[in-house]
Amino acid sequence: MATHLDGNALAGALSEVFRADVTAARARCAGCGGVSPIARAMVYPDAPGLVARCASCDQVLATIVDAGDRVFLSLSGMSTIELRR
Amino acid sequence: MSAPPLTQLGRSRPQAAWHVATVAEVRRETSTAVRLTLDVPTWPGSEAGSHLDLRLTAPDGYQASRSYSIASSAPGGPVVLAVDELPDGEVSPFLVHEVRPGDQLEVHGPLGSFFVWRPGESDRPVQLVAGGSGVVPLYAIAAAHGAAGDTSPLRLLYSVRRPGDVLFADELAALRGPAFELELVYTREAPATWAGPVGRLDKEALAASTVAASARPRVYVCGSTRFVETIAAWLQDLGHAAADIRTERFGGL
Ligand SMILES: Cc1cc2nc3c(=O)[nH]c(=O)nc-3n(C[C@H](O)[C@H](O)[C@H](O)COP(=O)(O)OP(=O)(O)OC[C@H]3O[C@@H](n4cnc5c(N)ncnc54)[C@H](O)[C@@H]3O)c2cc1C
Ligand SMILES: [Zn+2]
Repeated sequence: MATHLDGNALAGALSEVFRADVTAARARCAGCGGVSPIARAMVYPDAPGLVARCASCDQVLATIVDAGDRVFLSLSGMSTIELRR
Repeated sequence: MSAPPLTQLGRSRPQAAWHVATVAEVRRETSTAVRLTLDVPTWPGSEAGSHLDLRLTAPDGYQASRSYSIASSAPGGPVVLAVDELPDGEVSPFLVHEVRPGDQLEVHGPLGSFFVWRPGESDRPVQLVAGGSGVVPLYAIAAAHGAAGDTSPLRLLYSVRRPGDVLFADELAALRGPAFELELVYTREAPATWAGPVGRLDKEALAASTVAASARPRVYVCGSTRFVETIAAWLQDLGHAAADIRTERFGGL
């Protein structure tokens, strides 16, 4: 797909990992230090997984690879996620 | 079409889960889109603006999943979607042409808590801007706003190619009133009685037909990725703060 989406499209994949929806949660980019809701990230849905990049600096924030019976999740591009109780 | 009974939703958000949906009705909505009504007995309800992921499994086990906004839903169902066909797409032509009442689909939802509108959340005016099928979550917001009797001013600017492309045309027209204004933009062809311009939105037309930045509206923009990015950039040029603009990209260039 020659297209990108945004972090809203991560809701399904992330709900398999987190108890509540986290797309409205704010995260700090480990690249530029900017803080914004995960829903505002740019999401590239090209196979084999989803790649979320910072909308300000393009740093890879997260990757999610669905491998059938397991999911590989990397959040290494986010230094903090603020989760509401 | 009924909006979610909010008393049943309570304060806590419905949890996302996988559900088996049975197609109850397939109705042609426009020349390229259908309205799918799904029976989902286990459905918890949804907030206006949220979506679900729909998964198809071929006989050989191959699976494809796509996101669709929820036009309306109630706890226990039904769940209403509108799907516009992308002729060279993988999933949408199947949903538009092949799906029949009685077919079963897997849906995962409700999803998303960012691109949602909640009644009574704010007194500020709300401006919705839709391109094509991007109207689906914004229609859900307008319907929820109407059902809640919310008096914060709500405006929808909806860009379509032709008059026949308007999704939820009757429902949107019926929602018009003191607290909800609907304005259409025709990019290729307008109704015979249309006095306005025909053609793509530009920054000036956007400024003229949306709530002014000085009124500090909360803005929701949804449509193809190019539409959303164009509109969001113009809104910022017009003085809207980036934090006041929520966007949802459906894909495409
Ligand atoms: C959160 C979310 C909610 C969505 N809600 C709806 C909805 O309510 N109704 C609806 O009809 N669709 C909606 N979509 C789009 C939907 O998920 C699919 O992308 C769409 O149905 C096309 O899927 P496909 O398999 O037919 O095409 P694909 O095989 O995935 O793509 C075919 C080609 O079309 C391009 N393309 C994808 N989307 C678009 C687009 N919107 N405009 C132009 N070109 C595009 C692709 O880049 C690709 O080149 C939503 C998307 C997201 C992320
Ligand atoms: Zn960054």
